[in-house]
Amino acid sequence: MYLSPWIIGFGIFTLAPMIASLYWSFTKYQLPGDPKWIGTLNYEFMFTKDPNFWLAVRNTIWIIVVGLPFRIVFGVITALLLTRKRRGVNVYRTAYFLPTMAPVVAATLAFAYLLNPSYGPVNVVLEKLGVENPPQWFFSPQWSKPALVMLGLWGVGDAMIIFLAGFLDVPKHLYEAADLEGASGIAKFRHVSLPMVSPVVFFEVVTGIIFGFQYFAQAYVASFNTTADQSIGGPQNSLLFYSVHLYQQGFIYFKMGYASAMAWVLLIISLLCTIAILRGSRRWVHYQGGAFPR
Amino acid sequence: MTATRATPGVPSSVVARSAADVVPRRLPARTIRRRRVRTATAHALLIGFALLFMLPMVFVVLSSLMSNDQVLSAEFWPRPFQWDNYPSVWNTIPLWRYGWNTVQIAVLATVGIVVSSIPVAYALARMRWKGRQVVFVIVLSTLMLPYQVTVVPLYVWFSKIHWIPSFKPLIVPAFLGDAFSIFLLRQFFMSVPEDLADAARVDGASHWQIMTRIMVPLSKSAIAAIALFNFLYNWNDFFGPLLFAGDDPHLWTLALGLNEFRGQHHVEYNLIMAASVMFMIPVIVLFFLAQRVFIEGVTLTGSKE
Repeated sequence: MYLSPWIIGFGIFTLAPMIASLYWSFTKYQLPGDPKWIGTLNYEFMFTKDPNFWLAVRNTIWIIVVGLPFRIVFGVITALLLTRKRRGVNVYRTAYFLPTMAPVVAATLAFAYLLNPSYGPVNVVLEKLGVENPPQWFFSPQWSKPALVMLGLWGVGDAMIIFLAGFLDVPKHLYEAADLEGASGIAKFRHVSLPMVSPVVFFEVVTGIIFGFQYFAQAYVASFNTTADQSIGGPQNSLLFYSVHLYQQGFIYFKMGYASAMAWVLLIISLLCTIAILRGSRRWVHYQGGAFPR
Repeated sequence: MTATRATPGVPSSVVARSAADVVPRRLPARTIRRRRVRTATAHALLIGFALLFMLPMVFVVLSSLMSNDQVLSAEFWPRPFQWDNYPSVWNTIPLWRYGWNTVQIAVLATVGIVVSSIPVAYALARMRWKGRQVVFVIVLSTLMLPYQVTVVPLYVWFSKIHWIPSFKPLIVPAFLGDAFSIFLLRQFFMSVPEDLADAARVDGASHWQIMTRIMVPLSKSAIAAIALFNFLYNWNDFFGPLLFAGDDPHLWTLALGLNEFRGQHHVEYNLIMAASVMFMIPVIVLFFLAQRVFIEGVTLTGSKE
Protein backbone atom coordinates (compact mmCIF):
# COMPACT_ATOMS: atom_id res chain seq x y z
CA MET A 1 0.00 0.00 0.00
CA TYR A 2 2.64 2.50 1.10
CA LEU A 3 4.89 1.20 -1.61
CA SER A 4 2.37 1.63 -4.42
CA PRO A 5 3.78 4.92 -5.76
CA TRP A 6 7.21 3.37 -6.01
CA ILE A 7 6.02 0.06 -7.49
CA ILE A 8 4.02 1.82 -10.22
CA GLY A 9 6.81 4.31 -10.83
CA PHE A 10 9.49 1.67 -10.91
CA GLY A 11 7.46 -0.54 -13.24
CA ILE A 12 6.47 2.15 -15.73
CA PHE A 13 9.42 4.50 -15.64
CA THR A 14 12.32 2.18 -14.92
CA LEU A 15 11.72 -1.52 -15.49
CA ALA A 16 9.62 -1.36 -18.66
CA PRO A 17 11.92 1.16 -20.39
CA MET A 18 14.93 -0.93 -19.43
CA ILE A 19 13.46 -4.01 -21.05
CA ALA A 20 12.40 -2.02 -24.11
CA SER A 21 15.80 -0.44 -24.59
CA LEU A 22 17.54 -3.79 -24.16
CA TYR A 23 15.33 -5.21 -26.91
CA TRP A 24 15.72 -2.15 -29.14
CA SER A 25 19.49 -2.34 -28.80
CA PHE A 26 19.29 -5.42 -31.03
CA THR A 27 17.13 -3.67 -33.62
CA LYS A 28 17.40 -1.01 -36.25
CA TYR A 29 14.91 1.56 -35.06
CA GLN A 30 14.91 4.74 -37.07
CA LEU A 31 12.09 7.09 -36.06
CA PRO A 32 9.49 7.42 -37.49
CA GLY A 33 9.54 3.71 -38.19
CA ASP A 34 9.36 0.44 -36.35
CA PRO A 35 12.12 -1.60 -34.73
CA LYS A 36 13.59 -4.29 -37.00
CA TRP A 37 15.65 -7.12 -35.45
CA ILE A 38 19.29 -6.99 -36.60
CA GLY A 39 21.01 -9.05 -33.92
CA THR A 40 24.25 -7.62 -32.59
CA LEU A 41 24.91 -5.32 -35.54
CA ASN A 42 24.54 -2.14 -33.42
CA TYR A 43 27.18 -3.35 -31.01
CA GLU A 44 29.50 -4.46 -33.83
CA PHE A 45 29.14 -1.08 -35.52
CA MET A 46 29.77 0.71 -32.23
CA PHE A 47 32.99 -1.11 -31.41
CA THR A 48 34.46 -1.49 -34.89
CA LYS A 49 33.07 1.14 -37.26
CA ASP A 50 31.77 4.20 -35.42
CA PRO A 51 34.81 6.51 -35.25
CA ASN A 52 33.06 8.86 -32.85
CA PHE A 53 32.28 6.15 -30.31
CA TRP A 54 35.90 5.63 -29.27
CA LEU A 55 36.51 9.38 -29.49
CA ALA A 56 33.59 9.94 -27.11
CA VAL A 57 34.90 7.25 -24.76
CA ARG A 58 38.37 8.84 -24.78
CA ASN A 59 36.96 12.32 -24.15
CA THR A 60 34.86 11.02 -21.29
CA ILE A 61 37.76 9.16 -19.70
CA TRP A 62 39.84 12.33 -20.05
CA ILE A 63 37.32 14.46 -18.20
CA ILE A 64 36.98 11.84 -15.43
CA VAL A 65 40.69 11.05 -15.03
CA VAL A 66 41.74 14.70 -15.05
CA GLY A 67 38.67 16.44 -13.66
CA LEU A 68 37.82 14.14 -10.77
CA PRO A 69 41.22 14.14 -8.97
CA PHE A 70 41.37 17.92 -9.34
CA ARG A 71 37.90 18.22 -7.86
CA ILE A 72 38.72 15.94 -4.95
CA VAL A 73 42.06 17.56 -4.11
CA PHE A 74 40.58 21.04 -4.44
CA GLY A 75 37.56 20.01 -2.37
CA VAL A 76 39.74 18.51 0.37
CA ILE A 77 42.01 21.58 0.52
CA THR A 78 39.14 24.06 0.74
CA ALA A 79 37.28 21.88 3.25
CA LEU A 80 40.41 21.62 5.38
CA LEU A 81 40.81 25.40 5.37
CA LEU A 82 37.22 25.77 6.57
CA THR A 83 37.43 23.14 9.31
CA ARG A 84 39.13 25.26 12.00
CA LYS A 85 37.06 27.82 13.82
CA ARG A 86 38.57 31.05 12.56
CA ARG A 87 37.32 34.58 12.34
CA GLY A 88 34.89 34.91 9.44
CA VAL A 89 34.81 31.22 8.66
CA ASN A 90 31.08 31.29 7.96
CA VAL A 91 31.52 34.06 5.42
CA TYR A 92 34.21 32.00 3.69
CA ARG A 93 32.00 28.91 3.68
CA THR A 94 29.24 30.87 1.96
CA ALA A 95 31.66 32.44 -0.53
CA TYR A 96 33.16 29.07 -1.48
CA PHE A 97 29.81 27.39 -1.80
CA LEU A 98 27.87 30.10 -3.62
CA PRO A 99 29.13 29.32 -7.18
CA THR A 100 27.83 25.77 -6.78
CA MET A 101 24.32 27.21 -6.66
CA ALA A 102 24.63 28.85 -10.08
CA PRO A 103 22.42 27.03 -12.62
CA VAL A 104 24.54 24.97 -15.02
CA VAL A 105 23.52 26.95 -18.10
CA ALA A 106 24.24 30.29 -16.43
CA ALA A 107 27.56 29.10 -15.00
CA THR A 108 28.67 27.68 -18.34
CA LEU A 109 27.72 30.87 -20.18
CA ALA A 110 29.59 32.88 -17.56
CA PHE A 111 32.71 30.83 -18.23
CA ALA A 112 32.20 31.09 -21.97
CA TYR A 113 32.43 34.85 -21.50
CA LEU A 114 35.25 34.84 -18.93
CA LEU A 115 37.31 32.54 -21.14
CA ASN A 116 36.45 34.19 -24.43
CA PRO A 117 39.74 34.17 -26.37
CA SER A 118 39.69 37.79 -27.53
CA TYR A 119 37.87 39.86 -24.91
CA GLY A 120 37.24 37.60 -21.91
CA PRO A 121 38.78 38.95 -18.67
CA VAL A 122 40.98 35.85 -18.23
CA ASN A 123 42.84 36.30 -21.48
CA VAL A 124 42.93 40.07 -21.12
CA VAL A 125 44.78 39.56 -17.83
CA LEU A 126 47.01 36.88 -19.32
CA GLU A 127 47.96 39.21 -22.14
CA LYS A 128 48.69 42.05 -19.72
CA LEU A 129 50.95 39.65 -17.85
CA GLY A 130 52.84 39.17 -21.08
CA VAL A 131 51.59 35.71 -22.03
CA GLU A 132 51.87 35.39 -25.77
CA ASN A 133 49.18 33.38 -27.53
CA PRO A 134 46.99 32.69 -24.48
CA PRO A 135 44.79 29.56 -24.79
CA GLN A 136 41.75 29.73 -27.04
CA TRP A 137 39.75 27.80 -24.40
CA PHE A 138 36.34 26.72 -25.73
CA PHE A 139 37.47 27.45 -29.28
CA SER A 140 40.45 25.14 -29.23
CA PRO A 141 40.43 21.34 -29.21
CA GLN A 142 43.34 21.26 -26.75
CA TRP A 143 41.94 23.74 -24.22
CA SER A 144 38.19 23.10 -24.32
CA LYS A 145 38.30 20.23 -21.82
CA PRO A 146 40.65 22.02 -19.37
CA ALA A 147 38.17 24.92 -19.50
CA LEU A 148 35.40 22.54 -18.43
CA VAL A 149 37.60 21.23 -15.61
CA MET A 150 37.95 24.82 -14.38
CA LEU A 151 34.20 25.24 -14.55
CA GLY A 152 33.89 22.07 -12.46
CA LEU A 153 36.32 23.41 -9.87
CA TRP A 154 34.31 26.61 -9.57
CA GLY A 155 31.35 24.46 -8.54
CA VAL A 156 33.32 22.22 -6.19
CA GLY A 157 31.10 23.33 -3.28
CA ASP A 158 28.96 20.20 -3.06
CA ALA A 159 31.99 17.94 -2.66
CA MET A 160 33.61 20.47 -0.34
CA ILE A 161 30.63 20.56 2.02
CA ILE A 162 30.58 16.76 2.26
CA PHE A 163 34.32 16.66 3.01
CA LEU A 164 33.92 19.48 5.52
CA ALA A 165 31.24 17.51 7.36
CA GLY A 166 33.62 14.54 7.36
CA PHE A 167 36.49 16.56 8.85
CA LEU A 168 34.22 18.08 11.49
CA ASP A 169 33.07 14.59 12.44
CA VAL A 170 36.57 13.37 13.32
CA PRO A 171 36.58 12.82 17.09
CA LYS A 172 38.78 15.35 18.93
CA HIS A 173 40.47 12.70 21.06
CA LEU A 174 42.20 11.25 18.00
CA TYR A 175 44.00 14.55 17.41
CA GLU A 176 44.84 14.82 21.10
CA ALA A 177 46.35 11.36 21.03
CA ALA A 178 48.38 12.34 17.97
CA ASP A 179 49.54 15.50 19.76
CA LEU A 180 50.76 13.39 22.66
CA GLU A 181 52.86 11.36 20.29
CA GLY A 182 54.28 14.60 18.93
CA ALA A 183 52.79 14.22 15.47
CA SER A 184 53.31 17.08 13.02
CA GLY A 185 50.42 18.80 11.26
CA ILE A 186 51.06 16.85 8.07
CA ALA A 187 51.30 13.54 9.92
CA LYS A 188 48.00 14.28 11.65
CA PHE A 189 46.38 14.97 8.30
CA ARG A 190 47.88 11.85 6.72
CA HIS A 191 47.20 9.41 9.56
CA VAL A 192 44.11 10.83 11.29
CA SER A 193 42.02 13.16 9.11
CA LEU A 194 42.48 11.38 5.80
CA PRO A 195 41.61 7.84 6.94
CA MET A 196 38.61 9.21 8.79
CA VAL A 197 37.20 10.94 5.71
CA SER A 198 38.17 8.19 3.27
CA PRO A 199 34.58 6.81 3.12
CA VAL A 200 33.33 10.22 2.01
CA VAL A 201 36.11 10.55 -0.55
CA PHE A 202 35.22 7.09 -1.77
CA PHE A 203 31.57 8.13 -2.16
CA GLU A 204 32.71 11.11 -4.24
CA VAL A 205 34.88 8.91 -6.45
CA VAL A 206 32.07 6.46 -7.20
CA THR A 207 29.47 9.12 -7.92
CA GLY A 208 32.06 11.17 -9.80
CA ILE A 209 32.76 8.34 -12.21
CA ILE A 210 29.11 7.45 -12.70
CA PHE A 211 28.13 11.05 -13.31
CA GLY A 212 31.22 11.57 -15.44
CA PHE A 213 29.74 9.21 -18.00
CA GLN A 214 26.52 11.24 -17.88
CA TYR A 215 28.29 14.59 -18.31
CA PHE A 216 26.07 16.52 -20.70
CA ALA A 217 24.67 20.00 -20.05
CA GLN A 218 28.01 21.82 -19.59
CA ALA A 219 29.43 20.26 -22.74
CA TYR A 220 26.26 20.97 -24.71
CA VAL A 221 26.07 24.62 -23.69
CA ALA A 222 29.82 25.22 -23.99
CA SER A 223 30.02 23.78 -27.49
CA PHE A 224 26.72 25.16 -28.76
CA ASN A 225 28.17 28.29 -30.25
CA THR A 226 31.79 27.61 -30.99
CA THR A 227 31.14 26.11 -34.38
CA ALA A 228 29.55 27.77 -37.37
CA ASP A 229 26.76 25.22 -37.78
CA GLN A 230 25.85 25.32 -34.05
CA SER A 231 26.42 21.59 -33.83
CA ILE A 232 27.19 20.11 -30.45
CA GLY A 233 30.48 18.43 -29.63
CA GLY A 234 32.67 21.48 -29.73
CA PRO A 235 35.79 22.28 -31.67
CA GLN A 236 36.85 19.19 -33.63
CA ASN A 237 34.59 17.03 -31.47
CA SER A 238 36.80 17.66 -28.45
CA LEU A 239 33.68 18.04 -26.31
CA LEU A 240 31.90 15.04 -27.77
CA PHE A 241 31.40 13.12 -24.56
CA TYR A 242 29.63 9.79 -24.27
CA SER A 243 26.29 11.35 -23.34
CA VAL A 244 26.58 14.01 -26.02
CA HIS A 245 27.23 11.36 -28.66
CA LEU A 246 24.28 9.34 -27.39
CA TYR A 247 22.05 12.41 -27.43
CA GLN A 248 23.09 13.15 -30.99
CA GLN A 249 22.37 9.61 -32.18
CA GLY A 250 19.06 9.32 -30.33
CA PHE A 251 17.47 12.73 -30.35
CA ILE A 252 18.98 14.47 -33.34
CA TYR A 253 19.32 11.56 -35.79
CA PHE A 254 16.57 9.51 -34.09
CA LYS A 255 18.52 6.25 -34.30
CA MET A 256 16.73 4.74 -31.33
CA GLY A 257 18.20 1.26 -31.72
CA TYR A 258 21.77 2.49 -31.79
CA ALA A 259 21.15 4.93 -28.90
CA SER A 260 19.71 2.06 -26.84
CA ALA A 261 22.79 -0.06 -27.51
CA MET A 262 25.00 2.84 -26.41
CA ALA A 263 22.93 3.23 -23.26
CA TRP A 264 23.37 -0.45 -22.37
CA VAL A 265 27.11 -0.29 -22.92
CA LEU A 266 27.10 2.72 -20.61
CA LEU A 267 25.17 0.77 -17.98
CA ILE A 268 27.70 -2.06 -18.15
CA ILE A 269 30.64 0.35 -17.93
CA SER A 270 29.08 2.02 -14.87
CA LEU A 271 28.48 -1.35 -13.24
CA LEU A 272 32.01 -2.58 -13.89
CA CYS A 273 33.52 0.65 -12.57
CA THR A 274 31.45 0.50 -9.42
CA ILE A 275 32.35 -3.13 -8.77
CA ALA A 276 36.04 -2.50 -9.46
CA ILE A 277 36.19 0.44 -7.06
CA LEU A 278 34.19 -1.43 -4.41
CA ARG A 279 36.75 -4.24 -4.62
CA GLY A 280 39.72 -1.90 -4.51
CA SER A 281 38.25 0.28 -1.79
CA ARG A 282 38.76 -2.32 0.92
CA ARG A 283 42.44 -1.54 0.77
CA TRP A 284 42.23 2.19 1.36
CA VAL A 285 38.82 3.07 2.76
CA HIS A 286 38.70 3.06 6.53
CA TYR A 287 35.34 2.41 8.17
CA GLN A 288 35.06 3.02 11.85
CA GLY A 289 34.45 -0.32 13.53
CA GLY A 290 35.29 -2.00 10.24
CA ALA A 291 31.64 -2.03 9.19
CA PHE A 292 30.70 -1.76 5.55
CA PRO A 293 28.10 0.95 5.01
CA ARG A 294 24.61 -0.40 5.00
CA MET B 1 42.08 25.33 22.04
CA THR B 2 43.45 26.56 25.36
CA ALA B 3 40.80 24.58 27.17
CA THR B 4 41.92 21.28 25.67
CA ARG B 5 45.55 22.12 26.30
CA ALA B 6 44.87 22.67 29.98
CA THR B 7 43.15 19.33 30.51
CA PRO B 8 45.05 17.16 32.94
CA GLY B 9 47.48 14.68 31.55
CA VAL B 10 48.07 16.33 28.21
CA PRO B 11 51.47 18.03 27.98
CA SER B 12 53.66 16.83 30.82
CA SER B 13 55.18 20.27 31.35
CA VAL B 14 51.74 21.67 32.22
CA VAL B 15 51.07 18.98 34.81
CA ALA B 16 54.36 19.69 36.54
CA ARG B 17 53.46 23.31 37.17
CA SER B 18 50.94 24.64 39.64
CA ALA B 19 47.38 25.39 38.54
CA ALA B 20 47.85 29.14 38.97
CA ASP B 21 50.74 28.96 36.57
CA VAL B 22 48.73 27.18 33.92
CA VAL B 23 46.02 29.74 33.28
CA PRO B 24 48.13 32.58 31.83
CA ARG B 25 50.51 29.97 30.42
CA ARG B 26 53.36 31.32 28.33
CA LEU B 27 54.35 29.38 25.31
CA PRO B 28 57.90 29.39 24.01
CA ALA B 29 58.47 32.30 21.64
CA ARG B 30 59.26 29.94 18.80
CA THR B 31 55.89 28.19 19.11
CA ILE B 32 54.07 31.50 19.21
CA ARG B 33 55.90 32.70 16.15
CA ARG B 34 55.27 29.48 14.29
CA ARG B 35 51.60 29.56 15.20
CA ARG B 36 51.30 33.15 14.02
CA VAL B 37 52.89 32.28 10.70
CA ARG B 38 50.55 29.37 10.32
CA THR B 39 47.45 31.48 11.10
CA ALA B 40 48.61 34.15 8.67
CA THR B 41 49.15 31.57 5.93
CA ALA B 42 45.74 30.06 6.54
CA HIS B 43 44.08 33.45 6.32
CA ALA B 44 45.99 34.31 3.17
CA LEU B 45 44.87 31.05 1.61
CA LEU B 46 41.27 31.59 2.74
CA ILE B 47 41.24 35.02 1.13
CA GLY B 48 42.96 33.75 -2.00
CA PHE B 49 40.40 31.02 -2.52
CA ALA B 50 37.56 33.43 -1.76
CA LEU B 51 38.84 35.63 -4.59
CA LEU B 52 39.03 32.65 -6.93
CA PHE B 53 35.43 31.74 -6.17
CA MET B 54 34.00 35.24 -6.20
CA LEU B 55 35.89 36.91 -9.06
CA PRO B 56 33.97 35.13 -11.84
CA MET B 57 30.73 36.37 -10.24
CA VAL B 58 32.11 39.90 -10.00
CA PHE B 59 33.20 39.92 -13.64
CA VAL B 60 29.83 38.59 -14.75
CA VAL B 61 27.96 41.31 -12.87
CA LEU B 62 30.32 44.05 -14.08
CA SER B 63 30.09 42.98 -17.70
CA SER B 64 26.30 42.82 -17.43
CA LEU B 65 26.41 46.58 -16.79
CA MET B 66 28.68 47.51 -19.70
CA SER B 67 27.83 48.84 -23.11
CA ASN B 68 28.25 46.35 -25.90
CA ASP B 69 31.37 48.10 -27.23
CA GLN B 70 32.91 48.09 -23.81
CA VAL B 71 32.25 44.44 -23.12
CA LEU B 72 34.22 43.64 -26.27
CA SER B 73 37.15 45.74 -25.06
CA ALA B 74 39.86 45.01 -22.52
CA GLU B 75 38.27 47.16 -19.80
CA PHE B 76 36.95 45.76 -16.53
CA TRP B 77 35.00 48.63 -15.02
CA PRO B 78 31.69 49.71 -16.62
CA ARG B 79 31.94 53.30 -17.82
CA PRO B 80 29.17 54.44 -17.57
CA PHE B 81 27.02 51.87 -15.78
CA GLN B 82 24.46 50.80 -18.32
CA TRP B 83 21.55 49.70 -16.15
CA ASP B 84 19.38 49.60 -19.28
CA ASN B 85 20.77 46.15 -20.11
CA TYR B 86 18.42 44.57 -17.63
CA PRO B 87 15.19 46.11 -18.98
CA SER B 88 16.34 45.39 -22.52
CA VAL B 89 16.68 41.67 -21.72
CA TRP B 90 13.10 41.79 -20.42
CA ASN B 91 12.02 43.41 -23.66
CA THR B 92 13.83 40.97 -25.93
CA ILE B 93 12.82 37.64 -24.41
CA PRO B 94 9.65 36.57 -22.59
CA LEU B 95 11.34 36.14 -19.23
CA TRP B 96 8.03 36.10 -17.37
CA ARG B 97 6.85 33.15 -19.41
CA TYR B 98 10.14 31.25 -19.05
CA GLY B 99 10.12 31.97 -15.36
CA TRP B 100 6.52 30.89 -14.91
CA ASN B 101 7.17 27.68 -16.88
CA THR B 102 10.20 26.93 -14.72
CA VAL B 103 8.30 27.62 -11.49
CA GLN B 104 5.41 25.39 -12.57
CA ILE B 105 7.68 22.45 -13.34
CA ALA B 106 9.87 22.89 -10.27
CA VAL B 107 6.99 23.31 -7.81
CA LEU B 108 4.80 20.51 -9.14
CA ALA B 109 7.67 18.03 -9.49
CA THR B 110 8.89 18.84 -5.98
CA VAL B 111 5.44 18.45 -4.43
CA GLY B 112 5.02 15.16 -6.28
CA ILE B 113 8.33 13.75 -5.12
CA VAL B 114 7.86 14.74 -1.49
CA VAL B 115 4.30 13.43 -1.25
CA SER B 116 5.06 10.13 -2.95
CA SER B 117 8.46 9.42 -1.39
CA ILE B 118 7.42 9.79 2.25
CA PRO B 119 5.20 6.66 2.44
CA VAL B 120 7.72 4.57 0.52
CA ALA B 121 10.55 5.65 2.80
CA TYR B 122 8.33 4.96 5.82
CA ALA B 123 7.55 1.45 4.63
CA LEU B 124 11.24 0.78 4.06
CA ALA B 125 12.31 2.18 7.42
CA ARG B 126 9.55 1.25 9.83
CA MET B 127 7.30 -1.53 8.55
CA ARG B 128 8.22 -5.18 8.73
CA TRP B 129 7.43 -7.16 5.63
CA LYS B 130 8.92 -9.83 3.45
CA GLY B 131 11.21 -8.56 0.72
CA ARG B 132 11.95 -5.25 2.40
CA GLN B 133 15.71 -5.69 2.00
CA VAL B 134 15.30 -6.66 -1.66
CA VAL B 135 13.21 -3.58 -2.42
CA PHE B 136 15.72 -1.36 -0.64
CA VAL B 137 18.57 -2.79 -2.71
CA ILE B 138 16.56 -2.19 -5.90
CA VAL B 139 15.92 1.42 -4.87
CA LEU B 140 19.64 1.85 -4.25
CA SER B 141 20.60 0.35 -7.56
CA THR B 142 18.21 2.61 -9.48
CA LEU B 143 20.26 5.46 -8.01
CA MET B 144 23.25 4.13 -9.93
CA LEU B 145 21.28 3.49 -13.12
CA PRO B 146 22.33 5.85 -15.93
CA TYR B 147 19.24 7.75 -17.08
CA GLN B 148 20.18 7.07 -20.71
CA VAL B 149 18.99 3.49 -20.33
CA THR B 150 15.41 4.56 -19.69
CA VAL B 151 15.21 7.85 -21.53
CA VAL B 152 15.13 6.47 -25.09
CA PRO B 153 11.97 4.35 -24.63
CA LEU B 154 10.36 7.01 -22.45
CA TYR B 155 10.90 9.56 -25.20
CA VAL B 156 9.33 7.25 -27.79
CA TRP B 157 6.38 6.36 -25.59
CA PHE B 158 5.71 9.91 -24.43
CA SER B 159 5.72 11.08 -28.01
CA LYS B 160 3.28 8.29 -28.98
CA ILE B 161 0.74 9.52 -26.42
CA HIS B 162 1.42 13.13 -27.53
CA TRP B 163 3.02 14.23 -24.28
CA ILE B 164 5.86 15.82 -26.23
CA PRO B 165 6.16 18.76 -26.22
CA SER B 166 4.61 19.33 -22.81
CA PHE B 167 5.56 19.44 -19.13
CA LYS B 168 3.83 16.15 -18.38
CA PRO B 169 6.94 13.96 -18.82
CA LEU B 170 8.71 16.19 -16.31
CA ILE B 171 5.93 16.25 -13.73
CA VAL B 172 3.90 13.03 -13.81
CA PRO B 173 6.79 10.63 -13.00
CA ALA B 174 7.63 12.81 -10.00
CA PHE B 175 4.39 11.74 -8.35
CA LEU B 176 5.58 8.15 -8.36
CA GLY B 177 8.59 8.54 -6.11
CA ASP B 178 12.23 9.34 -6.61
CA ALA B 179 14.95 6.90 -5.57
CA PHE B 180 17.32 9.51 -4.18
CA SER B 181 14.66 11.14 -2.01
CA ILE B 182 13.35 7.78 -0.83
CA PHE B 183 16.85 6.77 0.18
CA LEU B 184 17.55 10.00 2.05
CA LEU B 185 14.22 9.95 3.91
CA ARG B 186 14.59 6.29 4.78
CA GLN B 187 17.99 6.99 6.34
CA PHE B 188 16.47 9.80 8.35
CA PHE B 189 13.42 7.83 9.47
CA MET B 190 15.73 5.05 10.68
CA SER B 191 17.37 7.49 13.07
CA VAL B 192 14.11 8.56 14.74
CA PRO B 193 13.89 6.79 18.15
CA GLU B 194 11.66 3.72 18.02
CA ASP B 195 10.03 4.30 21.45
CA LEU B 196 7.98 7.25 20.23
CA ALA B 197 6.28 5.10 17.63
CA ASP B 198 5.93 2.25 20.14
CA ALA B 199 4.16 4.53 22.61
CA ALA B 200 1.77 5.64 19.90
CA ARG B 201 1.19 2.04 18.85
CA VAL B 202 0.23 1.09 22.43
CA ASP B 203 -2.33 3.85 22.24
CA GLY B 204 -3.76 2.19 19.15
CA ALA B 205 -2.30 4.41 16.44
CA SER B 206 -2.15 3.01 12.91
CA HIS B 207 0.91 3.17 10.67
CA TRP B 208 -0.69 6.02 8.78
CA GLN B 209 -1.18 7.99 11.98
CA ILE B 210 2.35 7.27 13.18
CA MET B 211 3.72 8.39 9.83
CA THR B 212 1.73 11.62 9.54
CA ARG B 213 1.65 12.63 13.21
CA ILE B 214 5.07 11.48 14.45
CA MET B 215 7.52 10.79 11.64
CA VAL B 216 6.73 13.69 9.35
CA PRO B 217 6.81 16.38 12.07
CA LEU B 218 10.06 14.93 13.46
CA SER B 219 11.67 14.82 10.02
CA LYS B 220 10.88 18.36 8.98
CA SER B 221 14.55 19.17 8.33
CA ALA B 222 15.09 16.13 6.11
CA ILE B 223 11.86 16.78 4.19
CA ALA B 224 12.83 20.42 3.75
CA ALA B 225 16.21 19.31 2.43
CA ILE B 226 14.78 16.95 -0.19
CA ALA B 227 12.21 19.55 -1.21
CA LEU B 228 14.99 22.08 -1.66
CA PHE B 229 17.19 19.67 -3.61
CA ASN B 230 14.43 18.68 -5.96
CA PHE B 231 13.30 22.24 -6.45
CA LEU B 232 16.83 23.33 -7.33
CA TYR B 233 17.39 20.30 -9.52
CA ASN B 234 14.29 21.04 -11.56
CA TRP B 235 14.93 24.77 -11.59
CA ASN B 236 18.41 24.22 -13.01
CA ASP B 237 17.72 21.18 -15.17
CA PHE B 238 18.62 21.53 -18.80
CA PHE B 239 18.40 18.05 -20.28
CA GLY B 240 14.80 17.23 -19.29
CA PRO B 241 13.19 20.41 -20.64
CA LEU B 242 15.43 20.30 -23.73
CA LEU B 243 14.23 16.81 -24.56
CA PHE B 244 10.56 17.05 -23.67
CA ALA B 245 9.69 20.72 -24.18
CA GLY B 246 12.46 21.96 -26.48
CA ASP B 247 10.36 21.89 -29.64
CA ASP B 248 7.86 24.49 -28.44
CA PRO B 249 9.25 27.93 -27.50
CA HIS B 250 6.09 28.60 -25.47
CA LEU B 251 7.16 25.85 -23.11
CA TRP B 252 10.78 26.89 -22.68
CA THR B 253 12.20 27.18 -19.21
CA LEU B 254 14.75 29.76 -18.11
CA ALA B 255 17.60 27.34 -18.79
CA LEU B 256 16.45 26.68 -22.35
CA GLY B 257 15.57 30.31 -22.98
CA LEU B 258 18.97 31.45 -21.80
CA ASN B 259 20.83 28.99 -24.00
CA GLU B 260 18.72 29.96 -26.99
CA PHE B 261 19.13 33.68 -26.23
CA ARG B 262 22.88 33.14 -26.40
CA GLY B 263 22.44 31.47 -29.77
CA GLN B 264 20.72 34.56 -31.16
CA HIS B 265 22.82 37.24 -29.46
CA HIS B 266 26.16 35.57 -29.36
CA VAL B 267 28.15 38.79 -29.56
CA GLU B 268 26.07 40.78 -27.07
CA TYR B 269 27.75 39.38 -24.01
CA ASN B 270 26.51 42.25 -21.84
CA LEU B 271 22.90 41.17 -22.42
CA ILE B 272 23.72 37.49 -22.05
CA MET B 273 25.44 38.16 -18.73
CA ALA B 274 22.51 40.31 -17.56
CA ALA B 275 20.16 37.43 -18.38
CA SER B 276 22.46 34.98 -16.57
CA VAL B 277 22.53 37.17 -13.49
CA MET B 278 18.74 37.30 -13.43
CA PHE B 279 18.61 33.53 -13.74
CA MET B 280 21.03 33.14 -10.81
CA ILE B 281 19.41 35.64 -8.45
CA PRO B 282 16.39 33.54 -7.36
CA VAL B 283 18.60 30.54 -6.51
CA ILE B 284 21.05 32.67 -4.60
CA VAL B 285 18.25 34.32 -2.62
CA LEU B 286 16.82 30.89 -1.91
CA PHE B 287 20.24 29.72 -0.76
CA PHE B 288 20.59 32.56 1.74
CA LEU B 289 17.07 31.97 3.04
CA ALA B 290 17.59 28.25 3.49
CA GLN B 291 21.32 27.98 4.02
CA ARG B 292 21.07 25.88 7.16
CA VAL B 293 18.59 23.40 5.69
CA PHE B 294 20.68 23.18 2.60
CA ILE B 295 24.04 22.47 4.18
CA GLU B 296 22.55 19.96 6.61
CA GLY B 297 20.93 18.23 3.66
CA VAL B 298 24.10 18.05 1.57
CA THR B 299 25.86 16.58 4.56
CA LEU B 300 23.13 13.97 4.90
CA THR B 301 23.82 12.70 1.37
CA GLY B 302 27.42 11.89 2.20
CA SER B 303 26.78 10.39 5.61
CA LYS B 304 28.47 7.12 6.28
CA GLU B 305 25.46 5.32 7.77
